Amino acid sequence: MFSRIFQLGTRLLRETRAGGNLTSNSINSSYYQGQLSRHSAPAKSILFSTATSSHEGSEDKEKISVTFVNKDGSEQTISVPVGMSMLEAAHENDIELEGACEGSLACSTCHVIVMDVKHYNKLEDPTDEENDMLDLAFGLTETSRLGCQVIAKPELDGVRLALPAATRNFAVDGFVPKPH
Amino acid sequence: MGRGLLLPHAKRLMLFPRPRGFSASAASTREPLHVCVVGSGPAGFYTAEKMLKAHEGVQVDIIDRLPTPFGLVRSGVAPDHPETKIVVNQFSRVAANARCSFFGNVTLGSDVSLAELRGTYDVVVLAYGAESDRSFGIPGENLRGIHSAREFVWWYNGHPDMHNLVPDLQNTDSAVVLGQGNVALDVARILLRCTTKLASTDIAGHALDALKSSTIRKVYLVGRRGPVQAACTAKELREILGLQNVHVCIKEGDLATSPADKEEMRNSRIKRRVHELLSKAATMHKEKNSNDQKELHFVFFRKPTRFLPSEGGSTVGAVELEKTLLKDDAVTGNQVAVGTGEFEDLKCGLVLKSIGYKSLPTEGLPFDNYKGVVPNLRGRVLSSESETTTVEAGLYVVGWLKRGPTGIVATNLHCAEETVASILEDDRNGVFMAPSDSRRQGRKGLLEILEQKNARYVPFDGWEKINSEEKIAGQLKNKPREKITTWDELLKAANGG
Ligand SMILES: Cc1cc2nc3c(=O)[nH]c(=O)nc-3n(C[C@H](O)[C@H](O)[C@H](O)COP(=O)(O)OP(=O)(O)OC[C@H]3O[C@@H](n4cnc5c(N)ncnc54)[C@H](O)[C@@H]3O)c2cc1C
Ligand SMILES: NC(=O)c1ccc[n+]([C@@H]2O[C@H](COP(=O)([O-])OP(=O)(O)OC[C@H]3O[C@@H](n4cnc5c(N)ncnc54)[C@H](OP(=O)(O)O)[C@@H]3O)[C@@H](O)[C@H]2O)c1
Ligand code: FES
Repeated sequence: MFSRIFQLGTRLLRETRAGGNLTSNSINSSYYQGQLSRHSAPAKSILFSTATSSHEGSEDKEKISVTFVNKDGSEQTISVPVGMSMLEAAHENDIELEGACEGSLACSTCHVIVMDVKHYNKLEDPTDEENDMLDLAFGLTETSRLGCQVIAKPELDGVRLALPAATRNFAVDGFVPKPH
Repeated sequence: MGRGLLLPHAKRLMLFPRPRGFSASAASTREPLHVCVVGSGPAGFYTAEKMLKAHEGVQVDIIDRLPTPFGLVRSGVAPDHPETKIVVNQFSRVAANARCSFFGNVTLGSDVSLAELRGTYDVVVLAYGAESDRSFGIPGENLRGIHSAREFVWWYNGHPDMHNLVPDLQNTDSAVVLGQGNVALDVARILLRCTTKLASTDIAGHALDALKSSTIRKVYLVGRRGPVQAACTAKELREILGLQNVHVCIKEGDLATSPADKEEMRNSRIKRRVHELLSKAATMHKEKNSNDQKELHFVFFRKPTRFLPSEGGSTVGAVELEKTLLKDDAVTGNQVAVGTGEFEDLKCGLVLKSIGYKSLPTEGLPFDNYKGVVPNLRGRVLSSESETTTVEAGLYVVGWLKRGPTGIVATNLHCAEETVASILEDDRNGVFMAPSDSRRQGRKGLLEILEQKNARYVPFDGWEKINSEEKIAGQLKNKPREKITTWDELLKAANGG
């Protein structure tokens, strides 16, 4: 069932355009100001096996480079096959991105922040359903996305994705705050 | 209250020797750190996961009063939200860790006291959620046909404490849900959703049968404030607005926004998106579709003032509502509902009060009765006697018991990170040192206590037996599982049938 939901999440739900307008951060992140311990790496093997196998038969072996910025600021650059979600890619590489609902668009724990606006703009707009979950994401920013909904494609080569951390306050490259 | 530390002095602990410290050098020689987590919901499991990950010397025992783990993920999350429950896969991997044990069917307060747990564990983390309800305190609240949403949700989710609730869904065509949070939307959706859709979920068998013969056609969702202040989120709202064969009624006049409303919306992405959805629904549903067999009414700016019995009965027949206006509250800066002195009756035969859950106190635990939470500083339990506030060494809190009854599953992840960070910091500072002649025994001590009291616990593999029996029974009915809903049968299944 998971693989079905997964595909639903990533493909079918794209039919609708984003309804919400990202203008301000409504999530109060000041509550947890403490130092966050590092996330655990979820076991990857069973989680995404079905979804992963769907890539194996594919002709397209093209890969892109993706850099994850961890909570402690350290960076990991991995290469991700086109067509794979950032959540799967993170788990295959032991990057500590949570994924409580395993990519079925029901938890918001896979929240990532796209670190430059150029790449952010190359992503398709989030669907209403993704925006509904982003509403609840911890530490939402203007360039936040759900890792399970961001699928590797050639234009995203070189993208940098940060895991939200309560203590970090970084600037997103090229971001100009919109007036209200 | 046992091991108290004066707050202002807490820093001095740094000076103590630290035979049991978490520092890398001490790690190899230290005794295990015995941790007990009370409650196996998201807050409890996320805490266990983060503690186990933090250090190899940690042993975690999770106790729960039910034979089944996962808290509200099993007994709260709606049956038609299977994706939300996928998180139990992650929690089950935590339980499978060799340094983690589950003790089901063990109740804090009766099978084991807080003092006993603190005597046997270095660290006790309370994660027992919120198992009571806020109430209105208005006349008629005890009439038959009035339930809290918590009771109704436990009933349809097969919680063994509500097996006997048996709400009457056949004496009326109208139900009133008081409150407009996500729980209110959940119970309204369950009442309105076509039962053929519910039949393929893990809804309790008794609830499915009752819903199949339900005569309820109209559900009123009543909020004391306006659409901008509705507590629900866009995801749940979108779902209920899209239900098949349900006509949605929203008064367009209610959607007008004041400058203060506009300001609230500017500051909150959720509020903007919720208001947008309600506005769309109000225009889309103007005309009634002839296929619509049921109705969902959003009633804004009304607060209940009393419950009226039906003619000659002890069953509820109507709710008296007072119209309200929004006024700025000088203290909080929020817009609050104030009565206008204008009343109206809303006829109904079933009322579900969905105005929030409430945590219960435990003997020996500081408790803020007004807020219904345990006073804490980043998860460290605080007790106040007269003027001084002290930290209860080794005692922590997480989840709904710490923050109050709000937030989604993921909120408890960040909440657990905060509590775990406090525990690790205290450990580094030597707070958990015990005199060498009274080393805490952890699991061994718990087992002794349970044996003395003749309390029989259900280990995780007992739950796995329940799990597989439920799944097998579900297969026959095309459901993901058929929940076992009585204490006797749960305990029997845990013992292998
Ligand atoms: C009806 C409802 C639907 C929800 N739906 C969603 C949803 O779709 N998506 C979402 O993200 N969030 C949802 N939530 C929110 C989510 O369930 C909570 O945020 C979360 O469960 C709170 O976690 P907790 O661990 O603090 O408490 P709980 O999950 O309540 O866990 C508490 C545990 O403690 C045990 N316990 C209680 N008393 C004792 C005792 N004396 N001794 C031992 N054990 C005890 C209980 O048996 C229980 O297992 C919903 C909440 C409700 C009420
Ligand atoms: N799918 C999901 O993600 C999901 C599903 C279910 C639950 N949850 C979460 O679980 C948490 C609990 O949900 P909840 O619905 O129980 O709580 P909630 O979101 O806090 O909503 C409580 C509702 O009760 C009203 N209320 C409170 N006291 C009242 C009073 N005295 N008189 C009249 N109305 C009163 C509130 O109105 P006021 O605002 O005016 O006080 C509000 O509408 C929430 O955080 C929710 O998001 C999530
Ligand atoms: S993994 Fe749950 S929303 Fe992405």
